[in-house]
Amino acid sequence: MTTSGSDMSVESVVRRVVADHRGQRGALLPVLHAVQAELGHVPQEAIPVLADELNLSRADVHGVVTFYHDFRREPAGRTTVRICRAEACQALGADRLVGYARESGLTLGETSADGSVTVEQVFCLGNCALGPAVEANGRLYGRVGPARLGSILNGTLNETLDGAVSS
Amino acid sequence: MNNSSHTAATVYVPRDSAARSVGADEVADALQRAATRGDFAIDVVRNGSRGMLWLEPMVEVVTPRGRVGYGPVTAEDVDALLAAGMLDGAEHPLRLGLVDELPWLARQTRVTFARVGVTDPLSTQDYVDHGGLAGLRAALDMTPADVVAEVTESGLRGRGGAGFPAGIKWKTVLDCADELKFVCCNADEGDSGTFADRMVMEGDPFLLIEGMTIAAHAVGACEGYLYIRSEYPGAIATMREAIAIAREHGWLGHNILGSALDFDLHVRVGAGAYICGEETSMLESLEGKRGTVRAKPPIPAIEGLFGKPTVVNNVLTLTTVPMVLANGAKAYQDLGVGRSRGTQVFQLGGNIARGGIVETAFGVTLRELIEDYGGGTRTGRPLRTAQVGGPLGAYLPTSMFDLPMDYEAFAEAGAMLGHGGIVVFDDSVDMAAQARFAMEFCAEESCGKCTPCRVGSVRGVEVIDKIVAGTHPDENLALLEDLCDLMTDGSLCAMGGLTPMPVRSALTHFPDDFLGGRRLLDIQPIQPVQAIQPVQASGVRTEGTA
Ligand SMILES: Cc1cc2nc3c(=O)[nH]c(=O)nc-3n(C[C@H](O)[C@H](O)[C@H](O)COP(=O)(O)O)c2cc1C
Ligand code: SF4
Ligand code: FES
Repeated sequence: MTTSGSDMSVESVVRRVVADHRGQRGALLPVLHAVQAELGHVPQEAIPVLADELNLSRADVHGVVTFYHDFRREPAGRTTVRICRAEACQALGADRLVGYARESGLTLGETSADGSVTVEQVFCLGNCALGPAVEANGRLYGRVGPARLGSILNGTLNETLDGAVSS
Repeated sequence: MNNSSHTAATVYVPRDSAARSVGADEVADALQRAATRGDFAIDVVRNGSRGMLWLEPMVEVVTPRGRVGYGPVTAEDVDALLAAGMLDGAEHPLRLGLVDELPWLARQTRVTFARVGVTDPLSTQDYVDHGGLAGLRAALDMTPADVVAEVTESGLRGRGGAGFPAGIKWKTVLDCADELKFVCCNADEGDSGTFADRMVMEGDPFLLIEGMTIAAHAVGACEGYLYIRSEYPGAIATMREAIAIAREHGWLGHNILGSALDFDLHVRVGAGAYICGEETSMLESLEGKRGTVRAKPPIPAIEGLFGKPTVVNNVLTLTTVPMVLANGAKAYQDLGVGRSRGTQVFQLGGNIARGGIVETAFGVTLRELIEDYGGGTRTGRPLRTAQVGGPLGAYLPTSMFDLPMDYEAFAEAGAMLGHGGIVVFDDSVDMAAQARFAMEFCAEESCGKCTPCRVGSVRGVEVIDKIVAGTHPDENLALLEDLCDLMTDGSLCAMGGLTPMPVRSALTHFPDDFLGGRRLLDIQPIQPVQAIQPVQASGVRTEGTA
């Protein structure tokens, strides 16, 4: 979504998003998803505006934002890579992927110093028959070994990957 | 689709997320490019997956003899396949034979998954041509009470884990006098090893719409919510598109199919909280709140979403209803064993050679699923255990693999059938680590409302660490037992209440892993997959490295 310069303040984004969801019952989650889609995270300044618009206390809004893993308080890196650490992927060595990320100097849940990548853990991406599974910028990858994770992390993965998956 | 060239060959390439995760989009693009170059006349249709996920991307070509499959296909294979005469179903090392005759598929009883992988998921024409809407039409000719009776009689139990009879839940909602009632579909599917909800939403979305609409008619609801986890962008997009199409066709909205029924349906997206799969927590989330669990009673059927009577059912429960109405309760009853009637959609995942979807009547054994359908481990190493029913389910040793898949038989064995997910491990698994993970997962995903779960799980991790480190093992084992008792008895919901199940089963069946009696194998579990011998189809079939 494009936002013109004057629209860019957090407050105006939030008010516009809320207006778009006015007719929905219990709209806070869809509103938060929409705010995050536009701003990349849910900034602190958004909370009083949301409380005001939705007739909730600030504590209520804060409580919701912090309850769900999806909502970020800080911007993520340019690429977000999520490694599945749930049982089916564990059975195929998901921990090796986590270890590989760690050896590359990346900490789960944190953004790299240069702002290029945020690596997170996730519990199940619904690709349990083709694990280990990884998701990067909304795209799902199956049968990911360390080498393939490396190219995903480096952003060098050819967009027209051939499906000839390597471990 | 290219309608201009009616002689074009129809080629199916799945749009299922799992197939896409190993390159289905690239294969579809390569086929499209060949067609655009004018070399071949091809209509590419993006279907759901047949569920033979180890063969993905699996391409199917329509021939006069039936649909011929090739797989796993990479984009690089496409030109050679076309040159070899794939469009006529010709021989090639990747040729699998007639898809409907592949033993893995032919042995199954596909009821809920009958159309998945067969049709274009967003084609209303395909849907109706393959029996779609027959259940809804039958339901609309019946009174709500008769629909509820039919569902009760079929023996259909909730597929979300607990196995509560669907008809009884519906009757409670029907009997409430409120004007406003809701139908909510639980598509949170957070359990590891489960992906059937996702596959049916991506592969046959109108079926879920039909099932929810039947539920609405049966209980007198006019509004429905479909709560899909955010980890499933493909299912979210497909369901949104299907709902828009259904509205255009009068399958949703006012006077559905010319009847008096008004029903509309909204997609809501979760935000990465496992506990929101618990039904009351999901309702809180739908109301825009923290997803904490509500004490029951009141049950959601009486006081559910926004305090109104609400049906909460799993995706597979709702997608089974159309068949029950279309073919009658008896047809469904006739499948299954004991009090587990009909079919279950088993999901084979983890370290398994042939992972995917097996829909078959209850009563099949775990061994048949893992060894016959699944072909054993993917690494080729010996099987050691399988966790059945998600992260709260038991780890079963191979000596228990002859257990029939049946809610009661599993409960009796101290295990849980749950959502039908089966996660397989080879002998490199460290069961103390798996038990520790169960506690860690509970600590991470607890809603925080009650102490045994919120604090007990954190303590559980510490105690297991001490046992493994050899620190006062007897005392700490006793402490872990106590903790498990406390969590089982003192937790408000099954998150804290069932976390002891994987922990205890690991301890009971694999004590050496905790007490240092077993030297853990130092092996690398994922080497490039060796040649997996899939089902021997008619005709030649050699391997692509999966
Ligand atoms: C911790 C926890 C997680 C759950 N997760 C899911 C889920 O992801 N999907 C689901 O359908 N049911 C889940 N359930 C079960 C639901 O609470 C509920 O029983 C179910 O959605 C009812 O639908 P059914 O009767 O069709 O099974 C979960 C239960 C618990 C305690
Ligand atoms: S058992 Fe855990 S998840 Fe369930 S209500 Fe208690 S704290 Fe919440
Ligand atoms: S466990 Fe990793 S995708 Fe399901």
